Amino acid sequence: MKICVLVKEVPDAAVTKRIDPATGRLDRSGEKNLNPYDTHAIEAAMQLKEGGQLQVDEIVAITMGPESAVRALHKAVSLGADRSVHLTDEALAGSDVAATGYALAQTLKRENPDLVLLGQQSDDGECYTIGAVVADHLQAPSLTQVISIEVDGDVLRCERQAEYGYDTVEVELPAVISVGDAINEPRYPSLKAIMGAKKKPLETLSAADAGIDLSRVGAAGSQVECGSFKAPPAKAAGTIIEDEDTNETVEKIVAWLDERKLI
Amino acid sequence: MDFDLPDGHELLRRTVREFAEGEVAPVAEALDREKRFPYEIVRRMGELGWMGIPFPEEVGGAGGDTLAYALAVEELARVDSSVAITMCAHTSLGTQPIYLFGTDEQKAQWLPDLTSGRRLGAFGLTEPEAGSDAGNVRTRARLEDGEWVIDGAKQFITNAGTDISGLVCITARTGEDEISNLIVPNGTPGYEQGEPYRKMGWNASDTRPLTFTGCRVPEANLLGPRGNGFKQFLHILDIGRIGVAAMGVGLAQGALDQALAYAKQRRAFGRPISSFQAIQAKLADMSAEIEAARLLVYKAARLKDAGRPFTLTAAQAKLKTGRLAVRCAEEAVQIHGGYGYIEEYPVCRFYRDAKILTIGEGTDEVQQMVIARALGA
Repeated sequence: MKICVLVKEVPDAAVTKRIDPATGRLDRSGEKNLNPYDTHAIEAAMQLKEGGQLQVDEIVAITMGPESAVRALHKAVSLGADRSVHLTDEALAGSDVAATGYALAQTLKRENPDLVLLGQQSDDGECYTIGAVVADHLQAPSLTQVISIEVDGDVLRCERQAEYGYDTVEVELPAVISVGDAINEPRYPSLKAIMGAKKKPLETLSAADAGIDLSRVGAAGSQVECGSFKAPPAKAAGTIIEDEDTNETVEKIVAWLDERKLI
Repeated sequence: MDFDLPDGHELLRRTVREFAEGEVAPVAEALDREKRFPYEIVRRMGELGWMGIPFPEEVGGAGGDTLAYALAVEELARVDSSVAITMCAHTSLGTQPIYLFGTDEQKAQWLPDLTSGRRLGAFGLTEPEAGSDAGNVRTRARLEDGEWVIDGAKQFITNAGTDISGLVCITARTGEDEISNLIVPNGTPGYEQGEPYRKMGWNASDTRPLTFTGCRVPEANLLGPRGNGFKQFLHILDIGRIGVAAMGVGLAQGALDQALAYAKQRRAFGRPISSFQAIQAKLADMSAEIEAARLLVYKAARLKDAGRPFTLTAAQAKLKTGRLAVRCAEEAVQIHGGYGYIEEYPVCRFYRDAKILTIGEGTDEVQQMVIARALGA
């Protein structure tokens, strides 16, 4: 079987994120890295392959992004993916979540995978939704926020993190599964794996190569329009109550909370 | 000119950084306090190929180059110098002599275990009366019935006394005006490792005096041609300087990162101390000096990888970075104020770890000698 892992290049966690006021998009000019959640998805794929219960013939890392995103793919293959696909096209710039999901789904259709894995969220946009959008386009079942995958015959038994506790869900393949960071502890790539990463096949696709309808992608093809952005309001200075008489202080605190309908 | 690291090197740098922050940082304080050798970290670094970075795959190495090695050392030293020097001394002092000067048999016997980190290599050069004057070797080795019989003592030797130490490569006088290198495996009768030193820093690294008393090794343990020992160790030290210089940059960067983070969070007079010019000037100076030093280290590594002469640049890098590490550690402690004098904060350890960088692997004064000689002074 074939597993495709969707990965994304994001601003490094150490970089302070800001919106570029000129474009209304996230400023991605600083140091970048492979989205940390995606490393868990690759590790999940590797564990399925190494677990031996499924015959995993190939793990393919796929990304959509500018030229620099090739580095995220290098990291993905150094972590164990067998090859990678880079969808890159000026026409894709500015795509919103729905457009990105459509473009990735078109790319996935060329690969026809049995299982699609991805991180449940990106460290920059944090939409949590790409998996569901991709699954919709592929007409495959979608599971999100999965923190455990077990192979049981032809089905995968997954635990997904729910608001209260966990849901245990069985899913037949093909399926699209987004994973949380609690699912595993990603390995560090060895130096040999890093050196070998550049030797693994890398396919570069344009939007046309992937059969993408240009009217459905890019800023123009996106439904989401960014209006204005502003920084969250600075916190107002707090109220300091000097504790001179404790009974009085308690009364003051209760009155303060009551005023704000907090109690 | 291209100042960007190649993709693979950049990925290695990030990986070592993630490892250092994720696996080393949480235990660094305890290892230092308990003077405990980092066996588990060394084992994992071995699995990742980091205990044999600049050696080709044919001999079990990771097939990297000197730049990759320097980057890894730098990122380790940014978090912990004990772990960095363990890897650094093992690679450029312990393994390099066998890789460069060993016979096919010696390489086959030792390199797979060394480059994988299963065993550690050590280099025994310094003696009580042979430090900067390293040619003044008193340890003697005489041939007797097809064996070298070694008598003498070495001191300040890294990696010789751990549970996984495999060998020490020593310089010994094999004739009146003749120095040769000999391989002495751990466990050889007559070869003993003394108690670890009580050091100012590098507390989790293994440093001991060694004694050789009628210690016999096979004649075939001679490393390279007899009498080449002096030339050989000068070359080894040249290479080693790149690693130690990378440690200086790493420690300085770590000190800056710690100081910056602290300055942004620490408030005085109603605002973060990072908003005060006096603190900003320190941070800015550190940053500018570190970047200059880093370029010098990478240049030395690049020259070596290109097969060009690197002795001068390596000595310049070593001189520059040792002093830089000491100064940055001091400034970082200063920025931390009283907290910088308390062991819970890493800069306190950095301050103690930094000083050896102006002494070990050739003192600043030796670097100045090397540089002045290259200038034709």
